[in-house]
Amino acid sequence: MGAEAARRNWVAHAVLLLGVAIFAFPIYVALVGSTWDAATIGRGSMPLVPGPLGVENYVQAWTSGSGERVVGAPVGGMLWNSMLMALVIAFGKIGISIISAYAVVFFNFPGRMFFFWMIFVTLMLPVEVRIIPTYQVVVDMGLFDSFWGLTVPLIASATATLLFRQFFLTIPDELVEAAKIDGAGPIRFFFDVILPLSRTNIAALFVILFIYGWNQYLWPLLITKSKELETIVIGITKMIGTGDSQTDWNIIMATTIMAMLPPVLVVLFMQRWFVKGLVDSEK
Amino acid sequence: MAQVELRAIKKSFGDVAVIHGVDCPIADGEFVVILGPSGCGKSTLLRIVAGLETQSSGDVVIGGKVVNTVEPKDRNIAMVFQNYALYPHMSVRENMAYGLKVRGLPKPEIEAAVARAAKILELEKLLDRRPRQLSGGQRQRVAMGRAIVRNPEVFLFDEPLSNLDAKLRVQMRIELKQLHSQLKTTSIYVTHDQVEAMTLADRLIVMNGGRAEHIGAPLDVYARPATTFVAGFIGAPAMNLVPGTLVAGGVAIDGTKLGVAHPAKTVTGADVTVGFRPETLHLDPAGPVALLVTLVGALGADTLVHGRMGGPQGPTITARLPGVVKVREGERMVLRVAPEDIHLFDRATGRRID
Ligand SMILES: Nc1ncnc2c1ncn2[C@@H]1O[C@H](COP(=O)(O)OP(=O)(O)O)[C@@H](O)[C@H]1O
Ligand SMILES: [Mg+2]
Repeated sequence: MGAEAARRNWVAHAVLLLGVAIFAFPIYVALVGSTWDAATIGRGSMPLVPGPLGVENYVQAWTSGSGERVVGAPVGGMLWNSMLMALVIAFGKIGISIISAYAVVFFNFPGRMFFFWMIFVTLMLPVEVRIIPTYQVVVDMGLFDSFWGLTVPLIASATATLLFRQFFLTIPDELVEAAKIDGAGPIRFFFDVILPLSRTNIAALFVILFIYGWNQYLWPLLITKSKELETIVIGITKMIGTGDSQTDWNIIMATTIMAMLPPVLVVLFMQRWFVKGLVDSEK
Repeated sequence: MAQVELRAIKKSFGDVAVIHGVDCPIADGEFVVILGPSGCGKSTLLRIVAGLETQSSGDVVIGGKVVNTVEPKDRNIAMVFQNYALYPHMSVRENMAYGLKVRGLPKPEIEAAVARAAKILELEKLLDRRPRQLSGGQRQRVAMGRAIVRNPEVFLFDEPLSNLDAKLRVQMRIELKQLHSQLKTTSIYVTHDQVEAMTLADRLIVMNGGRAEHIGAPLDVYARPATTFVAGFIGAPAMNLVPGTLVAGGVAIDGTKLGVAHPAKTVTGADVTVGFRPETLHLDPAGPVALLVTLVGALGADTLVHGRMGGPQGPTITARLPGVVKVREGERMVLRVAPEDIHLFDRATGRRID
């Protein structure tokens, strides 16, 4: 490698490192903050090196939450709620949208384009836009403050339907016809051919949708009331005290660090699938 | 194995009529090739036989039963597609076994059938590979294997060799022919390649614009084409087709008069299209055809001489003369053609006159 190339390489790396530092710094601050006591952080003079209280803060956050006076919901339960919600939303969205895309692409029924556009138009609107009518419907169905009320309205997905539709359109007609001649009916064809071919698409969508579900804020805030249904995102905002009550920033930081872990793990774990999907493309 | 019969098959897509009534009985064990230019409705006809497309009218009969409303899977047919249509996520073994698995055959039976097909097609070493790990020719074989494991009554092929390179195509053609003489399964084979058609077919169906213009044995189609289209489509270089008028004892083309074999049956003065194959022209100083040479193609074994018949304004024709012929552009040469080598077609309808 020439000196010129080496220098350019070095510049590129420097830029990348700077980028990493900018993105990682807030996370580092949170990590450090979670190892000091609340008073140190409160004074606004928190050191940039880890403090002595790491283990204690995490244990407290996990078992009892931020100071009994404020909320007292332990992180463990909230993480579990978030996990359940994100999983149900991700799998629900994938399930519903792969089936609707299958219907729209492979079946000829009257008004199929109409239904496709209905899905498209109504669901392209973000949750926030249709939140009032959705709220009304869910309350009327008696699902207020229930797990199903929390998750089911978030399951319908135009984006995922569109994605699967685009993928299905690339499957050659002859493959469908070969399966017909082989005697595979629609359900067999779905499970034996469509689903295995969609594997990498499903993996990619799962990551996106899991994070989408995990980060839900407005809808859970509206539709849940009881502590048993509180998600971690809601929990963290509720920990921030108002008025006189002291905010336990150290516990909040510990909680945010823990709240970050599941999505990070999902990305890390699914990344292997991405790479696999990219390397041995099935089509 | 079974007989197949097409009875007055018509097909329209919306307002567009694509097939205008095709009739053809196909005998048990026969290898029938549907030949025609792209867009003439060959694939549509084959897909109607397969049940992948429903005809607008007419009947498809397989093994004596009208199967118009029978699902593709219950017609006891197997189809090989141009792009192979292998399941990309299944191994070669699974691809071949899938149809049997869906039909719920016992496992040992499936394995035996796959092993048998793999042996015939020399796929034994590739059984655990995925389609993308195979070459085009190997994929083609797997597609064939998927068809033969089912032991169907009819094979349907839709241009199965046209994605292969020329050399492999010739080889696979030979293998297909051998396979057919081994299995003797009734086969319908679609192609636009006349060499493929001529070499494979027991019988040819030459299609043009949704009509079966000529149905017959390949050499009969070659020797006595039923229409000008068939005459021009079969044979390379193509038959010379020039306008002429019937006169007493022969046919006149722009002042050139040629003798024909059956002048008695024809009406003097009628407008006809005169056809003669390039290879039926021979050098003969006493011959009736004067040719003004415009282009010479020396192929080694033959020489293709293109030129104008009669004079500079005459119709363009091609002669295929054996060996190397020393002639250059702008020169004149004199040729003869035997009366029995002249084909006459009605100029209005394009139909053959005998
Ligand atoms: N599903 C379809 N809808 C409308 N037109 C079609 C359809 N399939 C084929 N065609 C038309 O029918 C004609 C014959 O097509 P095809 O049978 O595929 O021709 P070939 O196989 O001889 O090239 C073409 O003009 C084509 O455009
Ligand atoms: Mg075709």
